[in-house]
Amino acid sequence: MSNEEEKKQPAPPPDRAADAESGAVEAVVAKLDMVAAEPEAAEPIAKAEEPALVRAAYEHPLPIRITHWVNAISLFVLVASGLRIFRAFPSFGPKIPEKVLLDIPKSLTLGGWLGGALQWHFTFMWIFAASGVVYVVYQVVSGHYRTMLFTPRDIPGVWPMARHYFFFGPKSPATGQYNPLQKLAYTSTIAFGALALLTGIVLYKPVQFSWLAFLFGGFHLTRVWHFAAMCGFLAFIPGHLIMVVLHGWANFYSMLSGWKREPEYQE
Amino acid sequence: MITRLEDKELKRRSRRQLLKLAPVAALGVFAFPQVSDRLIAAGVRFGDWASGALFRSQHLAQTFSNTDVVPFEKFPYNGYDVLDPEVDLEKWTLTVEGDVQRPGEYKLAQIQALPKLNQNTRHVCVEGWDVVGAFGGTPISNFLTLVGANTGARFLEVECADDYYESIDMASALHPQSLLCYEMYGQPLDRGHGAPLRLQMPTKLGYKQAKYLDTIRVTNVLKPGKTGYWEDQGYSWFGGL
Repeated sequence: MSNEEEKKQPAPPPDRAADAESGAVEAVVAKLDMVAAEPEAAEPIAKAEEPALVRAAYEHPLPIRITHWVNAISLFVLVASGLRIFRAFPSFGPKIPEKVLLDIPKSLTLGGWLGGALQWHFTFMWIFAASGVVYVVYQVVSGHYRTMLFTPRDIPGVWPMARHYFFFGPKSPATGQYNPLQKLAYTSTIAFGALALLTGIVLYKPVQFSWLAFLFGGFHLTRVWHFAAMCGFLAFIPGHLIMVVLHGWANFYSMLSGWKREPEYQE
Repeated sequence: MITRLEDKELKRRSRRQLLKLAPVAALGVFAFPQVSDRLIAAGVRFGDWASGALFRSQHLAQTFSNTDVVPFEKFPYNGYDVLDPEVDLEKWTLTVEGDVQRPGEYKLAQIQALPKLNQNTRHVCVEGWDVVGAFGGTPISNFLTLVGANTGARFLEVECADDYYESIDMASALHPQSLLCYEMYGQPLDRGHGAPLRLQMPTKLGYKQAKYLDTIRVTNVLKPGKTGYWEDQGYSWFGGL
């Protein structure tokens, strides 16, 4: 391939004839500016003769890190206040006779009483929604989603990873930033978030969004879906936290600083 | 993408990127109750503003067939205090005040003489439960016409025989399904459900549906801290569905 050959060659000296055209000069200047503005995006400084170089990867761009932590805080608040709201009517059946499904200890909840919990819930729903939209739009627009989106191609890799984690099976070689099981988990959280927000809209405004209520099988069933979305997050979060602990500081620090020292994968 | 760089350079870049995350720490103010109380109250006010903007004045709530209605005995009695404030139904009148041309006392018969609407609609409680019930009454808008209310005013305030009080936005009051309700399941309202007259608005949560109505006031100004019994303790004022 001619492209690859070009890459291998050292950068050719700028063509003087092309330079004479102001458009080309501008393009070069713009490119230099870009490089200057984003040092992280700069090409790797691969000089084999200098020994003290560390392998590192800029894994998490700033918008991803910000939304990750805003989402984490929001989810904590939304789950804790949501459980307090659920305590007010801990059932999915009729009001009469009321069958208590779950008696959630008050200590696990936020808000103190139904009204307080609703205030927390109704404040952080906006924060979570805004952060979620920014996260998804950034993933799509930047193309960063390619590192984490679960696609049918990842299906065969899920079981070997699960076997490795849960049954101490052999570890599959790391192919990219995330393994297929991670992709499945992270992609699922986007689905849980979307489900939580859409069902939340229905519970908040069932009359104004009656068409959406209809899609979820009516107001009553929507409440079940909303709860299910929370269960999805509650299934994801402990596994996520255990993995973070197991993989150590460099991995955790990368969600703060973006940079990961000595990543476990190649390329 | 893997990069190779000097240890010092990696640390420098990591530090710079870490500092850029600082704005997230702003959410930490929620950890302080004095601040967070105000912020979450403001969050609900923002939601109320958005709810008012989202409200479609002619969009009807779903109505149900008689077979979808829960039996009368499964329609919960829900009161904040007493279920029977012992209203003298013989002498009862509705006091009308405020921005109206014909203020004064109105008898139940005058309200019942207005065009009647029967509707099977969903009653949604802020707690999360809902029941479909059968309601009968006259649209609030009919009564506002009768008393010559200025429907350009912003609010309707109500006071109740059990000292409950509520206020609603005029757009919701004028909604075609918002009733002055005097019947449930084809029978006159019983005492537990708010005899002789209550609000019944399928576009509002249950706590907005004040029972045992005593006074209606048309106004442009709500008294701060006196907008509704539960609202004054932290519930959303709009309470719209």
